[in-house]
Amino acid sequence: MSDLRGIIVSHAAVAQALVTAVGAITGVQDALTAVSNEGCGTEELGERLRQAIGQGPVVLFVDLPGGSCFTSSVRYAKQHAEVAVVTGVNLAMLLDFVFHRDIPPAEAARRAVDAGAKAIRVTGSPTAA
Amino acid sequence: MSLALYRIDDRLIHGQVVVGWGQPLHVSFIVLVDDEVSGSDWEQDLYRMGVPPQIEVVFASVDQAAQLFSNWQADERVGILLVGDIDTAVALAARVPQVRRFNVGGVHHRTGRRERLRFVYLTDDEAAKLRELAAHGVEVTAQDVPTARAVPIGEFT
Repeated sequence: MSDLRGIIVSHAAVAQALVTAVGAITGVQDALTAVSNEGCGTEELGERLRQAIGQGPVVLFVDLPGGSCFTSSVRYAKQHAEVAVVTGVNLAMLLDFVFHRDIPPAEAARRAVDAGAKAIRVTGSPTAA
Repeated sequence: MSLALYRIDDRLIHGQVVVGWGQPLHVSFIVLVDDEVSGSDWEQDLYRMGVPPQIEVVFASVDQAAQLFSNWQADERVGILLVGDIDTAVALAARVPQVRRFNVGGVHHRTGRRERLRFVYLTDDEAAKLRELAAHGVEVTAQDVPTARAVPIGEFT
């Protein structure tokens, strides 16, 4: 298995819930780490991120395209190579990600975005692609 | 309508501000007063990304804010003024006497700070500066979201 990991950065307990769900569905336990912004200022959230990321390439999966999780993640990525940032994290993109980690972070990020976007649709019209 | 909220929040622009306060107040502009951010295009782009396009974001240093404040007050739209720390709030209040209140919305843990509320950690020096502001007639309360109680300064400093 590759060293590429995913860090989910979210408000409240969203990140931990996603990690639990991915584990329950796939059995993969070592690919994702949850970081919450609960009770964090910018400085402490940055520190939580640093600890979660450690060494090696990562994709940061952020809940919203703005806000403290987002700004801290983008700031971290600016200072570190081998770090890609994806916003609008959902379960579908994470399920795809954990099985496709033998590629560089930027490529994994694009792939995750495609997988995540495909899962978002209005249902009730089975013929619509 | 002008500025409806003067907020101290070390996360600056984030969900609680844009959605939590922005929606009920029908906010059309956010003024971010911060000497560092006002000097960095990169930081400004970053903060602007978290704001829906219909909300205008204005960046200003404390000096610029002192000059532009009357324009913001005269604006027909509703706005929020944000600062990231106690020192900026104190500097702004000293330069702009029309600033009559501050909402302490989020000042988080850092070495030397002690927990005062779940979302407010202050050094003794910062607490003293807030009390000083209040002594000069500025109403200082702590409240993270609009549905929470506004905690009076006597209960958290």
